[in-house]
Order: sequence, then structure tokens, then C-alpha cells
Amino acid sequence: MAFNIYDFTEFTRSIDTGLKNSMSSGWAMFVEYAIIGVIFLLVYAVLGLFLVYAERRVCAFIQNRLGPNRVGPGGILQTVADLIKLLMKELIPIRNADKLLFNIAPFIVIIASFMAIAAIPFAKGLHAIDFNIGVFYVIAVSSLGVVGILLAGWSSNSKYSLIGSMRSGAQIISYELSVGLSLLTIVVFSGTMQLSGIIESQANGWWIFKGHIPAAVAFLVFLIASTAETNRGPFDLAEAESELTAGFHTEYSGIRFAFFFLAEYMNMFIVASIAATVFLGGWMPLHFGTGNAFNHVMDYIPPLVWFAGKTAFVVLIMMWFKWTFPRLRIDQLLTLEWKYLLPVNLVNIVIVAFLVLMGWHF
Amino acid sequence: MDNSTLRQRLEELTVNAVYPVNKQYTEIIIPAESYHEFCSLLKNSQDMLFDYLISLTAVDWKDHFMIVCHITSTIHRHTIIVKTQLSDYGDPVADTVSDIWRTAEFHEREVFDLFGIRFRHHPDMRRLFLEDDFGFPLRKDFTDESRMIVK
Amino acid sequence: MQEEIVKNVILGEEDDYVINMGPQHPSTHGVLRFEVSLQGETIKKVIPYCGYIHRGIEKMCERDTYPQIIHLTDRMDYLSAHINNEAVCLCVEKALEIEIPERVSYIRTILDELNRIASHQLWWCAMGMDMGALTTFFYGLRDREKILDIFEESFGSRLLHSFNTPGGLMHDVHPGFQKRIKEFISYFRRKLPEYDQLLTDNVIFKERSVGIGVLSREDAIQYGVTGPSGRASSFSCDVRKIEPYGVYDRVNFNEILRTEGDTMARYKVRISEMEESMKILEQLVDNIPAGDFTAKMKAVIRLPAGEFFQRVETARGELGVYIVSDGNKTPYRIKFRSPNFSNLFIISKLAIGFKIADLVAISGSLDLVIPDIDR
Repeated sequence: MAFNIYDFTEFTRSIDTGLKNSMSSGWAMFVEYAIIGVIFLLVYAVLGLFLVYAERRVCAFIQNRLGPNRVGPGGILQTVADLIKLLMKELIPIRNADKLLFNIAPFIVIIASFMAIAAIPFAKGLHAIDFNIGVFYVIAVSSLGVVGILLAGWSSNSKYSLIGSMRSGAQIISYELSVGLSLLTIVVFSGTMQLSGIIESQANGWWIFKGHIPAAVAFLVFLIASTAETNRGPFDLAEAESELTAGFHTEYSGIRFAFFFLAEYMNMFIVASIAATVFLGGWMPLHFGTGNAFNHVMDYIPPLVWFAGKTAFVVLIMMWFKWTFPRLRIDQLLTLEWKYLLPVNLVNIVIVAFLVLMGWHF
Repeated sequence: MDNSTLRQRLEELTVNAVYPVNKQYTEIIIPAESYHEFCSLLKNSQDMLFDYLISLTAVDWKDHFMIVCHITSTIHRHTIIVKTQLSDYGDPVADTVSDIWRTAEFHEREVFDLFGIRFRHHPDMRRLFLEDDFGFPLRKDFTDESRMIVK
Repeated sequence: MQEEIVKNVILGEEDDYVINMGPQHPSTHGVLRFEVSLQGETIKKVIPYCGYIHRGIEKMCERDTYPQIIHLTDRMDYLSAHINNEAVCLCVEKALEIEIPERVSYIRTILDELNRIASHQLWWCAMGMDMGALTTFFYGLRDREKILDIFEESFGSRLLHSFNTPGGLMHDVHPGFQKRIKEFISYFRRKLPEYDQLLTDNVIFKERSVGIGVLSREDAIQYGVTGPSGRASSFSCDVRKIEPYGVYDRVNFNEILRTEGDTMARYKVRISEMEESMKILEQLVDNIPAGDFTAKMKAVIRLPAGEFFQRVETARGELGVYIVSDGNKTPYRIKFRSPNFSNLFIISKLAIGFKIADLVAISGSLDLVIPDIDR
């Protein structure tokens, strides 16, 4: 089995043929699904743990203090300790709450984010679901999460939760428009919705450089809209501690709360990796033009490292937002979307379509 | 106005008022019947214009209550202490001045809470800090074995 | 007993959507309950309920001697503890008609102003945190630690001082006192522009505070809203200018007045007041005269029979101390006119028509300390 760190397609194909040789085709498919499922579960959990730790460290750095640095070397095992604590907590049942909805709400949120993470290209060949409608699929599936949030607030039978989830629902549904439209600009540029196709089209330069001004505008709008989509940063009114004591997940305790918490961080990761894929080239190294010495040098760094670096950069920007700005009020939030971001997006798409027709991009 | 001019002006306006000795401010004790009218006179007459009520409280003198108001003027910068005596020790009632100075509404609620003095025509005569069955703690005859340490 | 009094029931109609904020709530800065009637997100009615921390301080003072009362006044508005202490001391000294040494007045005024800056720093922390900018909490506390270090070196405690006593101070300040204050002034002068960069000039913050909770001047006078909240509505109520005590008549400082009366105006008044306090400190710190740290007092303090009133300017407004004495060593009645008591009830008027998020902003800008309301 050839293990090439630059191109995983050989590796995965050899596993596939190996399985098909030793068992029937149906069983081989089933085993493959099982392997991918387990790997993704592990990746999800470990990434989630790491992201929580990173947030606490970044937050502490901005606030002029140390973060967690006791549990494990440099505090790395802090989130593991938190997870164990959450697992051991009592699951408090709520009287008069709708039990079925109350119990399935966290699962819906996690399932939505799992479905989205399956479509992310981590490296060449490490791409679990490669639809030809990749971008469309990701947007559609990540909007299922709002159902979980609304159910959580409604079924908790508490006024705070209801207000929090209504706010959050209105916010997410509004900002989905901006997320979709800003991704659409790059789809117009690259001519395909398939994520691997978008990455291949950035082999001679990332879209944020090739698409100059409209792509930069789309990137900014995407950054703002996706921060609002994931209830993060200056748009975290739905779970604002200083106003509604944790909003829609007030009544959840123990592992159910851990699901919401984990899903929020993984949504941030997913959104950052979509931004990195579509605007910043995904696993494609930094190329200018084709076939010159600079590109060869850039090719030495493995694609997985490129992907991780770009995603980390976007995640860092989102964390920086959260710890610097005060919070927007709900009507200001919705005004921002409907009166400012949406018109900007629509005009941007028209400009991009014109640019592509004229060939005025790199 | 300084204290002596103020004193003269007040003597023109009122009969039946007593002027106790006070080195700091002008002090006047008004009979309870003309208390409300006197206060609105203080607020509205142009040369006095007492528009800012600093504090309204009560003192329990064991056979009568005394309502004490410290009032000042933001324009003329003089201060006056208006007192009125409530002789009915068992069930003291006074006129409210919350229609003259809005802050009196809450000071009078506190006085009701701690002394039991009711105010006529008050928009919201409820207790402020304590529960409804607590008693009136700042009265001199208040005893509560579980809550008080008497030296 | 209630029949003759006209009683308007203030509570809302039956089908109002009522939520409760408090008494335990991260942003009410103490135990205070707001009963908020909502229509969607808009507030129809706000009713504050206080009394959760009523400790009966006025009743306790009736059995304590005058030096013991000082320790109770610390616990009212604990962020201006020194100024509260000074109010009672000044009232007692005025009643006894004793002359306190110059040195005492200078040191008291210097500690007053340090206390004012520390209180405004904590207010800034909490205001940013309520708005969601969680980092401001740490930046403000980091700077406040410098002042608390000075307090700890001078008299051993950081928050509740009890350093004043009728007649003077408990003991003299240590020799490095002036140097430490000068170090603090130069440190904080560099940090105060950071406060402006982080919060004042931020677009989101301006959106959430300009035009929110406008208090007119007539309402401020009618409801007795003093301190920076009143001065932001151009109600000139600074007791340090009206009836100067300590050495305030000998220093040069401005009374900051603004006309807009909204949350941003109250915010800016407090930021400017920190700057003014530093100016006062600079004028006083080098000129402390030598002398005694207390006047000669008898062992047992008995006030002559009579009534005495003293007003001081705490960080939140005007504190009035009214002592009725019948010649004993404990007061017959003592009344504290606390600034937060009058400042609280204006919220019912200011918050109507705004959103829940604005209620948090308004109560943060009014800077309430709840133990002062309940005493």
C-alpha cells in the first residue's frame, strides 16, 4: 500500500481493492462505511476537544491572563477533564416539558453538523462525500441545525429558553441567505459546485486573489454571515449569559449540554474550513500562475498542513471577533442582514457574473 | 437666600409654625393639616423654588412621630428642613408629597415599611423591603427575639 | 388597615408576557429583581423589587457607638467605602464642632479620589461585560489592582476600609504613600486612552448606547437622580462644588455636565470624571502638610442633643447622613439618604419601549450597587 502524504487517492484505492478482494462487494461497502464512520467520530471528537482548549487559550491571551495550564502538559487535557465532569452530571428531567422533543433536540444539532463535516475535503483524496452539488449540499445540510435549536427552546417549557431559541431561529434563517449567496460568487467564478472541482480550479492561485475585489467582498460577507450562523462572536445574543442566562440550552445538563457545546465549536470549524476551501484554496498550496519555481517550493508542504493552517487562520479570526466586540442587539442583527449584507451580496453576484463574461479576472 | 432672609419669608407665609434652633439650615415645623399646601408653596413660588427633595424620613419620639424632609433648590441653592408632627401614635397618617416631588413616592414607601406611617393619596402604598407580616422595625417599641441583639 | 388608602395595583394585566430577571442574575450587579412585561422583545413595563439584602443598618446603628457605626457604613455602597466613612465622620465632627488637622483633610480627599477612580474602573468593567465585550472586564480589573495595592499597603484592606474615625484617621499613612500615588497616576494616564479605543469608539457599542434610555433634566431633579447619571442630563448636582468639604474648595476641577442624557452620555461623564480625579490627585499629592493624623477626642463620643445633616459626593451620587442625637453615646436615629435608592426607580421610566438588551445597558449605565438601595 503506497502511503503518499501528498496524494491519498492511491492509499484509499488500495484499501478499497484490498477489501473487495477479500469479501463480497456489498460487505466491502459496509466495512468501508463503518471505517469512515468511526474515523469521522474520532476526528470530530478530537477536533472538538482541541478547539475548546484553543479557544480558552486564545481568550486568555487576549484578556491578559494565562489559560488552562494545569491538567496535562500545558493544559491540553483540560477539555478531557471537563468532558468527564459533564458525563458524570445528573440529567435533570424537566416537568411539563415535551420529553420526546427535549431529548432529540441535541441529536438533531449534532447530526446536522456531522452531515456537513462529511463533505469537507481535508486533502487530495481525503474527501468522504464528493457530490457534484457539494456547495449546495453543505449549505442545505447545515441549516438543519436550526430545527434542533428551535426544538430545544420550545420543549424546555421555560420563558428564557423560548426567547433565546426564537431569537436564534430568526438569526440563523436570515443569515443563511448571505452565506449561500457569498458562496455562490465563487461558484460563478469556478463554474462548478463540486468542492474538489473548486479546489482544482485554484491550482493557479486562490480565488481570493484571482477574483480580486468581488471575491474579497464575498469573503468578508461570508465571514460575518457565518459568524452569525454559528451563534458566535458579536452575534451570540441567543446564548448571552448576561441577559438570558444561557438562552436555548438553559435547561440542558450533562451530556446533552455537551452536545450543544461541541456542535457549536464544530460548526465553527466547518464554516472555517468551507471558507478556507472556497476562498483560500482548501488543500491547494499557494500558487501564482502555473509552473514556476515558487510553486514548486510551495508544493513541498503537504496539503494536509495547508488545509489545517488555513482553517486555523479563519478560526483564529472568528475567536478574535468574539473576545473583542460587544454584542449586537437582535433588531440590529437582523437589520445588518436584511438591509446591508443582502443587497451587497446581490450586487456582488451581478458584478461577478459580468466579470466572468468579460473575462476580467485572473 | 441666606437663612435669615428665608426665615423672614417663611414667617410671612405661615402661621402656627415653629422654628427650632439649627445652626446649619433653616428648620420649620408645620402642623399636619397645612403640610401638603406648604410644600407645594415651597416648590412653586418663584423666589424659593425648592425643587429637589434630598430625603424624606421619619423619627419615632415615643409619643409622636415626626416626618422630616430635607429640600433644596437647584436654582437659588438654599436648603430647608420641613418637619411635621403626627400625634396619633397608634395609627399615624400623613399627607403624601409624591405629587410635588416624584422621588417622595419611594421614600414614603420606605417610611411606611419601617415605621407603619400611612400616607393619604399615595399612588402605590405597599411595603418596599420587608414581608407583609414583619412588623415595623424602626419603631422604638419593636422587639423580635429571633432577630435582635439588644446590648 | 389599608381600606382608606387609595391603592393602585401596579402589576400588569393578566395576559402580559412576564419574565423575571433576578434576583440571581449575571448582570443586575447584586440581588435585585426586575419584573419585566414584554410584548415580543419590547418592554411594556419594568418593576424593580428590592429588599433582598436589607440588613437593617439604620436599626443596628441605634445600638452602636459612633466609632462602631463607621464599620457599618462600609457595607452600604462598598465601592465608595471610604467616602461613606467620611460622611459619618464629618457629620460627627460638625456636631461636636471640633477642628480636624489639615493633614487629615488632605489625606481623606486623596483617598476619596482614589476610591472614585477605583469605583469607576469597576463600573467600566461591568458595563463592557454586560454588553458582551468580555475582555473589558479584565483590562479594567488589571488597572484597579494598582489602586487596591495602594490601599492594602496603607491600611491593610482592599475594599472595606474603615480607615476614617471621628476626629481623624486610625493611623498615619506610610512614608512611600505619595510616591505610590504618583506612580499610579503616570501608569493610568497611559491606560485610559485604551478604554476609549476598546469601547467608546466601537461602532457596535455606539449603536447600543446612543439614544437609549434618555433621562430629561426635569425627571432627574424630580426623581432625585444624582451623581454621574444626573450630570449626564445636565443636572448640576456635584456636592463637591455646592457644599465643599475636605479640601475640595482649594483644588481646581471641572464638574462634567452633558446634555444628551442617554446611556452614552452617562458613560462619557464617568470616563471624564476619572480624568478629573487624576487632576485633583496631582494637585494634592505633593502638598500634604505635616501634622497629626487625628484630633484629640474623648474616649467615649457623645454628641450634644440635636439634629445634624451632612452631604458628600460618592462615586454614584449624593449621600446624605442625618443624625438625631439625644445626648447619648449612640444615635437616637440615623438616616442614610443613599444615592442608589433614588437612582434605581428611574429605570421604570427609562426602559419603556426599548428591548431587553437595552434594559441591561441602561441599568449598567446607571451603575447601581444594590446593598446601598436596601441598606
